[in-house]
Amino acid sequence: MTIGQAAGLKLGKAVRDAFGVALKELGNDFPDVVTVDGDVGNSTRTEVFAKAFPERGFNVGIAESNMVGIAAGLAAAGKIPVVSSFAAFLTCNAYDQIRMCVAYPHLNVKMVGSHAGISIGEDGASQMAIEDIALMSALPGVAVVVPADAPSTKHLVKGMLEHVGPVYLRCGRIDVPEIYGPDSVLTIGKANQLRDGKNLTIIANGLMVGIALDAAVALEAKGITARVLDLHTVSPIDEEAIVKAVKETGRLVVAEEHLPHGGVGSAVASVTAQLAPCPIEFVNIGNTYAESGDPEGLLVKYGLTAEAIVAAAEKVCSR
Amino acid sequence: MAEVFPHVHQWRLAGRFPQRYDSAGMESSPVWHPVKFLGVFTDFPTLSSVCLPSKEYRVAISKPLSLDQLKAMTKVLRRHIVRMTTEAGSGHPSSSMSAVEMVTALFFGGFMEHDPAQPRWKNRDRFILSKGHAVPVLYAALAEAGYFPVEELMTLRKLGSRLEGHPNMKRLDCIEASTGSLGQGLSVGIGQALACRMDGLSAHTYVMMGDGEMGEGQVWEALASAEKYKLANLTAIIDQNGYQQTGATKDVLKLTEFQPKLEAFGWHVQTINGNVIEEVIEALKVARSVKDNPTAIVSHTQKGFGILPILAPTGDLNYHGKPLSKELAEKALALLAD
Repeated sequence: MTIGQAAGLKLGKAVRDAFGVALKELGNDFPDVVTVDGDVGNSTRTEVFAKAFPERGFNVGIAESNMVGIAAGLAAAGKIPVVSSFAAFLTCNAYDQIRMCVAYPHLNVKMVGSHAGISIGEDGASQMAIEDIALMSALPGVAVVVPADAPSTKHLVKGMLEHVGPVYLRCGRIDVPEIYGPDSVLTIGKANQLRDGKNLTIIANGLMVGIALDAAVALEAKGITARVLDLHTVSPIDEEAIVKAVKETGRLVVAEEHLPHGGVGSAVASVTAQLAPCPIEFVNIGNTYAESGDPEGLLVKYGLTAEAIVAAAEKVCSR
Repeated sequence: MAEVFPHVHQWRLAGRFPQRYDSAGMESSPVWHPVKFLGVFTDFPTLSSVCLPSKEYRVAISKPLSLDQLKAMTKVLRRHIVRMTTEAGSGHPSSSMSAVEMVTALFFGGFMEHDPAQPRWKNRDRFILSKGHAVPVLYAALAEAGYFPVEELMTLRKLGSRLEGHPNMKRLDCIEASTGSLGQGLSVGIGQALACRMDGLSAHTYVMMGDGEMGEGQVWEALASAEKYKLANLTAIIDQNGYQQTGATKDVLKLTEFQPKLEAFGWHVQTINGNVIEEVIEALKVARSVKDNPTAIVSHTQKGFGILPILAPTGDLNYHGKPLSKELAEKALALLAD
């Protein structure tokens, strides 16, 4: 894994691993938390929690629609259900149930989708959630959170459990570099500035944050300094941080492991169009499904690289 | 009314309607007035807060009506259904009519312990209407139980009314699940039943589905998972009225023999005539006595039961999703008079 090398970051755990451990560690502090799984708890890592608290873990079988409905019933009765599956199956298979049973009544259900994005690799496009952010951030009142690394996941999982109302947390499969330290502060709804610069701001989340930091190093060598914002919460979006970035750096590049429509790029552009119009370039997988392959090879083939962000930055600076 | 259901009448006189109209804390009034909308980001503290039981009301509401009173109540609910859907100019009266005996027995026959003064009381018995389009029957029962003034029934489906076209739990604390997309209520009921059991509560959860709704795959996912957790505190009711939107259920999908199918899923199943209240009461008694399995009642009913002589001349015994005209409504109300 070369992500984060240029920025001097060391490789850490996958976000899904950090999620499972964080949930278990928080289990005693949040006695109402229960997990509801669709028979992939060993992939989503909720099994870490369910093994520690067996009476609070429910595996309802390969039935995502029913799984989400059960979670809604548990929430209506005062529990804090954490319902999880592969992001693709959770958000796509059970979307009507998420809409009707969770978002519409604004119930306190925590939805965790693992194996998001194309970086899952060899399993191929059927398992890759590349539209989940668009689907989930379309729903009124649902917070959408995309952690960049293991340490921030720990904070954001706690934030998710403390948040009153539905939350979607997106987790990646592969190990990613550590960007944050154990004492970092992360708040749902507040973007984190990781690096400052004058010429543009790179807004990213998830896996793309480490890649954005690599790109910022490469840009500096070319005389372009870039601010890097970790927009870990897509909804509700941190308008203030985006407007500030536009006012202070003038231009944006938005990088995400997602389709071009309805993701972070669209959300950011919607904010700037209304509050602070500016040139923006977008880095995403393009309007296509991906394929099987090794994660790094896929990221290169579908344009999710530091080089792609550098090219977008140069382009936006020339506009 | 006052003579047949003295306790209900007394609540009205005493103004004992829920102290708030919504979780935003609006004052209640015996006379309906437009209510504030809740914002989507508004907290919903009433859902998880533990309400202390109010014994006086609970005992009152759980005291069963006599058989004669129950039969009279079925007519009252049917009159409400006719009036409110005709007033609304839309809705599903025939789908509501088939379920009247079951809803009457549940709410007024001593099978549901609940508290109009504290709709989110933790140990309340729950009723989830998965066939959400039949919500007029539920609104009628909730109004008669004292959750809101019966006058408010006439606001059904109107802008600003809490009585939306399909149940919305954000608008009314006494609604257990927002439904209207078919096939989902049983899963929600399983979640409620699991949570109640975890918390050591005696509460029972009832979920009513339609026979057409059984075409939804999620129902069968839910049937399997309820058996896994041996949810004896859960009862599924299939209101098998024989029709769905485009015609007879048996002609749309051949799922209609439900008893063997549900038994194969490990459920305790009874099949009854659901428009005979004595059969309904017996079946509910048996369902509450089963201790190790989830229970189901396949309730054979007739769509539009109670006003069939009015519907028959129209040549449409399904009469799906349309209110009676004023003229037909008046005939129906005359038929349903005490």
